[in-house]
Amino acid sequence: MTRKQRRLTLIGGSLAVLALAVGLVLYAMSGSIVFFNSPTDLVEKQVKPGVPVRLGGLVKPGSIERGADLAVRFEVTDGNRAVPVIYVGILPDLFREGQGVVAEGALQPDGSFKATSVLAKHDENYMPKEVADALKKQGHWKDEYGKKK
Amino acid sequence: MIAEIGHYALVLALSLALIQALVPLAGARLRDSVLMGVAGPTAFAQFVFTAIAFAALTACYVGSDFSVLNVFENSHSQKPLIYKITGVWGNHEGSMLLWVLILALFGALVAAFAGNLPATLKANVLAVQSWIAAAFDLFILLTSNPFLRIAQPPFEGRDLNPILQDIGLALHPPLLYLGYVGLSISFSFAIAALIEGRVDAAWARWVRPWTLAAWMFLTLGIAMGSYWAYYELGWGGYWFWDPVENASLMPWLAATALLHSALVMEKRNALKIWTILLAIIAFSLSLIGTFLVRSGVLTSVHTFASDPTRGVFILAILTGFIGGGLVLYAWRAPSLRQGGLFAPISREGALVLNNLFLTSACATVFVGTLYPLALEALTGDKISVGAPFFNLTFGPLFVPLLLAVPFGPLLAWKRGDLLGAAQRLIGAAGLAAVGMGAAFAVDAGGPVLAPFGIGLAIFVMAGAATDVIERTGVLRASPGVAWSRARGLPRSIYGTALAHFGLGVSLLGIVAVSTWGSERIVSMQPGTTVSIAGYALTFEGTATRQQANYRELVARFTVRAGSAEIGTMEPSKRTFATRQMSTTEAALLTRGASQLYLSLGDPNPDGSVAVRLYHKPLVLLIWLGALVMVLGGALSLSDRRLRVGAPKPAKAAMQPAE
Repeated sequence: MTRKQRRLTLIGGSLAVLALAVGLVLYAMSGSIVFFNSPTDLVEKQVKPGVPVRLGGLVKPGSIERGADLAVRFEVTDGNRAVPVIYVGILPDLFREGQGVVAEGALQPDGSFKATSVLAKHDENYMPKEVADALKKQGHWKDEYGKKK
Repeated sequence: MIAEIGHYALVLALSLALIQALVPLAGARLRDSVLMGVAGPTAFAQFVFTAIAFAALTACYVGSDFSVLNVFENSHSQKPLIYKITGVWGNHEGSMLLWVLILALFGALVAAFAGNLPATLKANVLAVQSWIAAAFDLFILLTSNPFLRIAQPPFEGRDLNPILQDIGLALHPPLLYLGYVGLSISFSFAIAALIEGRVDAAWARWVRPWTLAAWMFLTLGIAMGSYWAYYELGWGGYWFWDPVENASLMPWLAATALLHSALVMEKRNALKIWTILLAIIAFSLSLIGTFLVRSGVLTSVHTFASDPTRGVFILAILTGFIGGGLVLYAWRAPSLRQGGLFAPISREGALVLNNLFLTSACATVFVGTLYPLALEALTGDKISVGAPFFNLTFGPLFVPLLLAVPFGPLLAWKRGDLLGAAQRLIGAAGLAAVGMGAAFAVDAGGPVLAPFGIGLAIFVMAGAATDVIERTGVLRASPGVAWSRARGLPRSIYGTALAHFGLGVSLLGIVAVSTWGSERIVSMQPGTTVSIAGYALTFEGTATRQQANYRELVARFTVRAGSAEIGTMEPSKRTFATRQMSTTEAALLTRGASQLYLSLGDPNPDGSVAVRLYHKPLVLLIWLGALVMVLGGALSLSDRRLRVGAPKPAKAAMQPAE
C-alpha cells in the first residue's frame, strides 16, 4: 500500500464511523425525544392522546386521592389550568401538595394523564427549571418558590 | 478568626497562582532559568495555601461555627462528625474549594515529579496549570466565597440535605474531582507543547502516567457515584443517562481515547496532532461537566442547590480555556511534524479504530446532552432526551468497539496479521459461543439480544486472557518456561489484559441485570409474604427509632430461599426534623454477585406498607468490572518503563557558543 492509499483508508474509515454516528443520532432523535408541557400547553397545543410527553407543574393542594393497590390520582396545575394525573406505584419522598413535580406519560382519550413515572426533586428548596419557567409564563410565579432561604 | 485565615490564604493562593501563571512563561520565552525556576516553589506554596483555606473551612464545619453563612446553610450541630467533614464539599462553595485544592495538588505533584522534564516544558506546563488555578480561585472569591460571615449568627444550622448524609459523599466527589482535575495536567502538557511547538515520543511518555492516574480516579468516581445512586435513590437504577452522569461519562470516554492514542504516540511517534487535540478535548469536557453540574442549566435528578448566575462566570472560564486552547491548536498544530507510517491492519490501526468509536460515542452523548439546551435557546421548546436515545446511539457504536477489543493487543505494531489474530482468538470465540448457547437454552423466550450480549462479554473477557496466555505460552511450553516468561512480561501487558477483562465483566453485569432482573411493587400487610425470583420475603412489622438528627421508620422482612431462612432486610424511611425532609433507605441482600433490593413507599393508615422489591442478578459485576479496570490501570502505572523515567528527548541543535 502506498502512503496515499493508507491515508485514504484511514480517512474513509473515519468518515464511515462518523456517518454511522450521525445516522444513529438522527434516527434516535426522530423517535425518542419527549417534549415538556405545562398543563396549559397540554390543552392549547392539543397534544394527542398516546403521545409520550412530560407534564410539569405544582401538585394542586387537596387534590391527592389514594385508591386501592397503590393507585393515586392528583392534579397538576400551573395556576391557569389543571390536569388530572393517574399513577400506580410509589411516589417519590418529596412528593407533596403545592410542590413542583414532573410526570412522564401520555394523555388518555378522556383528558386525564396516565403517568409512567413521577419525579420530584431531591432538595426542598429546588424547583424543577421547566416548572419554574412554566409558572412564570402563566404569571403565577412567587419568589419564595425558588429561594434558598 | 479561622474563616478569615482561610479567606486570606485563598487570596494568597490566587496571588501566587497569578505569579506562577506569568513569570515562568516569560522565563521559558527568554530562556532565563531563574524566572523558570519560580514555577516549582510557587506550585508548592500555592498548594499549601489552598490547603490552609480548605482546612479552615473544614474547621468551621467541625466546630459548627454558624456565623459562617456556608456552615449555617449546610450543617447542623447534631450531625455525626463524618457528615460534618464531608458536608464541606456537599455544597457549591465547598465543592469548588475542593476542586481548586485538587488542582493545586496536581500542580505541586507535577513540580515534584518533573525532575527529568526539560526546564522550558516544566515552566510552561506549570504556568498553564496555574492559569486554570487563577481562574477558579477568582471564581470562588468573587462569586462563591465560602468564608462569608452572617452579621447575627443563628444558634443552629439548617443541616445538610439528608440525601447527602451518606458515606457516598465522602468518596464520590473527591474521586470524581481527582479524575476531572487530573485531566488538567494532560491539557497543560498539550498547551505547553503547542507553545513550544515541539512534540515527540518523550512528551507522550510524560503525559501518559498523569492521564492514566486521572482516568483511574474518574473510573472509580463514576462507578462509586453509580453505586451510590443505585442504593440511595430507591429505584434500583445504576445509570439514568442523566445530564450530570453524561457530564462525567464524556471526559471518561475522551480520556480513554487519549490513553490509547498516547500509546501510539509513545511507541510509534504517530498520531501526534490527534493526541494533542484529544488532551485539549478531554479537559474541555471536564470543564463543561463542571459547568453543567454547577450551573443547573440542565434538569437533572442529581441536581442539588445550584445557582444560574454563577454559571455565567464558569461559562466565561469555559470559553476562555476551551476557545483559547483550540485557537492555539489551530494556529500551532500544522507546524508539528507528523511521523510513523502504519498499515490499516496493525496495532496502530486498531487503536485508531478504538479512538474513532470512542470519540463518536462521546459525540453522540454530547449531542444528546446539549441538544435540549440548544433547542430551547432556538425555539423555546422544552424537550428531554432520555435513555432510549442513548441506548439507540451509544449501543450500536460500542458493539463494534467491544468486538475489536480482543484483536488490538494481538496485532503487531506497524503491520499486523488479522487472520493470525483471529486464529488465536478461536478459543475465546468458542467460549463466547458456549455462553451464548447456554443463555439461549436458559431463556428461550427471552429477548434475542441478551444471549449476544452475554457472548460478547465472554468474548471480551476470554480475549483479554488470550493475550497473556499466548505471550506466556502456558498451554504449550513447560510450566517452568511459562512461569519465567510470565515473570518477564512487562506489567503493562497485564494491565491491558486486566482493564479489558474488567470491561467484559461490567458488560456481563449490565446484560444480566437488564435481561433477567425482576421487579415487584406491592402493598403489604404485616405477616404477609411476597416472592420474587425464588426468594420469599415475609413482612414482620415496623418499628420507629430515634437517631441523632432523624427519626426512622424501619420495616423488618425475613428472607427465605426455599425453606431455609437466609437473612433479614430492614429498609427504612428517615424523617429529618430540621429540613422537614424524608429519605428512603433501601435494604440490600447480597447473594454472590446478585442482590435483592427492597425499598419502602408510604405507610398507609391501615398498617400496610407500599414496597418496591427488585431482584438484580449479577448486578455487582457492573461495579466490580470497573474496579478490575482500575486495577489494570494501576498495574500499568507501576510498569517499569514509567518508573524508570522517560528518556531524554533528542537534543535540539547545539546552541552556538557566543
